[in-house]
Amino acid sequence: MRPDEVTNMAHGNAAAGHGDHHRPPKGVMRWLTTTNHKDIGTMYLVFSLAMFLIGGVMALLIRAELFQPGLQLVDPGFYNQLTTVHALVMVFGAVMPATVGLANWMIPLQIGAADMALPRMNLFSFWLLFFAFVLLISTFFVPGGAPAAGWTLYPPLVLQTGNAFPMAIFAIHLMGASSIMGAINVIVTIVNMRAPGMTLLKMPLFSWSWLITAYLLIAVMPVFAGGVTMLLTDYYFHTSFFNAAGGGDPVLFQHVFWFFGHPEVYIMILPAFGIVSEIIPTFSRKPIFGYEAMVYAIASIAFLSFIVWAHHMFTVGMPLAGQLFFTLSTMLIAVPTGVKVFNWTTTMWRGSLSFEPPMLFALAFLFLFTIGGFSGLMLAIVPADFQYHDTYFVVAHFHYVLVPGAVFGIMAAVYYWLPKWTGHMYDMNIAKWHFWLTAIFVNVLFFPQHFLGLAGMQRRIPDYPTQFTDWNMVSSIGGFGFGLSQLLFVWLIIRCVKGGQRATAGVWDWPHGLEWTVPSPAPYHTFEKSPELH
Amino acid sequence: MAAPPRKSNGGLVGRLVLMTAGSFAFGFALVPLYDVFCDVTGIGTRAQLSRAAAPDTSAPDMSRVVTVEFTASVPDSGPWEFAPAVASMEVHPGRLYEARYTAHNLAGRDTTGQAVPSITPLRAAQYFRKTECFCFTPQHFERDEQRDLLVRFIVDRDLPPGIDRLTLSYAFYDVTRLAGGKG
Ligand code: HEM
Ligand SMILES: [Cu+2]
Repeated sequence: MRPDEVTNMAHGNAAAGHGDHHRPPKGVMRWLTTTNHKDIGTMYLVFSLAMFLIGGVMALLIRAELFQPGLQLVDPGFYNQLTTVHALVMVFGAVMPATVGLANWMIPLQIGAADMALPRMNLFSFWLLFFAFVLLISTFFVPGGAPAAGWTLYPPLVLQTGNAFPMAIFAIHLMGASSIMGAINVIVTIVNMRAPGMTLLKMPLFSWSWLITAYLLIAVMPVFAGGVTMLLTDYYFHTSFFNAAGGGDPVLFQHVFWFFGHPEVYIMILPAFGIVSEIIPTFSRKPIFGYEAMVYAIASIAFLSFIVWAHHMFTVGMPLAGQLFFTLSTMLIAVPTGVKVFNWTTTMWRGSLSFEPPMLFALAFLFLFTIGGFSGLMLAIVPADFQYHDTYFVVAHFHYVLVPGAVFGIMAAVYYWLPKWTGHMYDMNIAKWHFWLTAIFVNVLFFPQHFLGLAGMQRRIPDYPTQFTDWNMVSSIGGFGFGLSQLLFVWLIIRCVKGGQRATAGVWDWPHGLEWTVPSPAPYHTFEKSPELH
Repeated sequence: MAAPPRKSNGGLVGRLVLMTAGSFAFGFALVPLYDVFCDVTGIGTRAQLSRAAAPDTSAPDMSRVVTVEFTASVPDSGPWEFAPAVASMEVHPGRLYEARYTAHNLAGRDTTGQAVPSITPLRAAQYFRKTECFCFTPQHFERDEQRDLLVRFIVDRDLPPGIDRLTLSYAFYDVTRLAGGKG
């Protein structure tokens, strides 16, 4: 049986008719004390949107400075603080919490559970994350300014950070602890709380992608925590993990960082894979092609992501055998990724397609993420990487996989499930405007960066030779267009929360999965009695 | 309220916490593993590069000439002067040579410095043997002291064909605050 058959078989109204008991408390107290997975999911999503906007403002400052050569707006030190904190905010504050918020909302609804398994820890991990970012962003206001060594925090440069140093490290510890708790919660929920009959291989692909993501988080976040702890002791206790004078080696940090860092990029993209695997079947009105292959593909991507890390470090020097190994293992990832792209495409083959906003974002994801995958393959080739490394080509690569990749996936999810959360349909016109402006500007913003990188423009520099001016201007215009378009998204969400045409339980034409069997908006408590699947 | 049938979460949470602790420990295990990795791949560990070797010098290969270049840098020790006496030497594999560096402490105070060697190309590192080197121990300098520093080396006869040039580079670090050097 496929997950989409579940709908018809589930007794749809498990959630209805739970009168008045267990209403949420009113006002702020609701948000401070709630252990309800839907409330916490909402808090994560709102937090993530706020971080997306704050990180976006930093990005626009960067693009404004790069609009023309020379130093106009910000001094170089502050510029480096901006790039560093922009990246940390987007990775750990926007993308990851958004997927955690989606997990909170949707995993219990998809697997027929009443809540997450560990509701109090759930609330705790949200507030840890919140304080982590208060701490991180406040580093802009301490003497010496925010960390400026890049999100990769390489020593020895990062050891020159001023008073912000311990704050940034502590903030990273808090974020890490928060996401590990989130991961433990997801695993326990999925393992222990699936409705009877919901076997693992009937589970919707979004939940699957998160199960695997959660294991990745547990495997690599602590390694990163260890790495930054070593930075801390090098800074304060004169240990020499990364200090060559004392027998250490700064390159060791790069290994530790990327052992975490490469799986981390999959932590950001796997949930998006899961989302797209939900949306494409819905709007193709066909079950996903090759469900089991999709599960195994995610699992093999996750496994391979542990053995490719040194492709970020080809230029530090390594033996030929190492170069060959990391090139080939990296390219191997393209195989399961290709399986996924193939299956998404095949799902649409002869489907009865319609192009509602979630589908538009999912399709843009499919095209644009694949471009990012291809530039990744180019970077995996050692001699080519020697030329591209630390240029705008790398910046273009990772923005393609992260913005029209992970971020489009998240936006697609919001457009897909928003009516389920609010009980209202949103304004399809604004949504389409938002989609087209976003999809066009994201390419205006990032595509020229490929050219800049190939022509030799370095990353993380506030100024550049004049021959790079034209494409930088184009890119900056794209940046501002992209940024402003997001205001439409915010406006649409606010309007949809406030009102709109009532959404039905199924919302879409061809809903499949348990989440569409509960009314819209999803009641505060759902599946207190397990749904029955046959 | 009819509570859904629940399995116990405690055991699973315990195992996941254990996994987390294991990953944290693994992060630290990467430190020694890194040395092991450098060792098996022949790059040479940091310790090996700073240790005396006693290679066989009885039969130098007079038919082969290898150029050894010397460089020096002072990444964070303030206004030191530190430079090789000659920029390069032509050597025969299997024969003992001596090279000199000079160092001058201009930091305005007593300083202890530690020189950290590195050899490129990486795959030549294990064939560059030092019998004696100022880089084996921290070097104490009085304020304004200037002195020559010695390194005696042999390029191994097994140096793979195709390498006809290698570079020995020293970075000189101020280790005064590291309390006696190696940490
Ligand atoms: C087929 C898939 C992929 C391949 C072959 C690939 C390959 C690479 C390589 C070789 C680099 C290093 C380039 C350099 O620094 O010189 C790189 C950088 C990067 N990749 Fe990918 N990648 C892939 C997918 C992804 C995905 C899915 C993401 C995130 C969702 C991602 C995010 C990044 C990031 C953030 C960096 C830059 C990190 C930094 O230096 O700050 N990549 N990629
Ligand atoms: Cu990578």
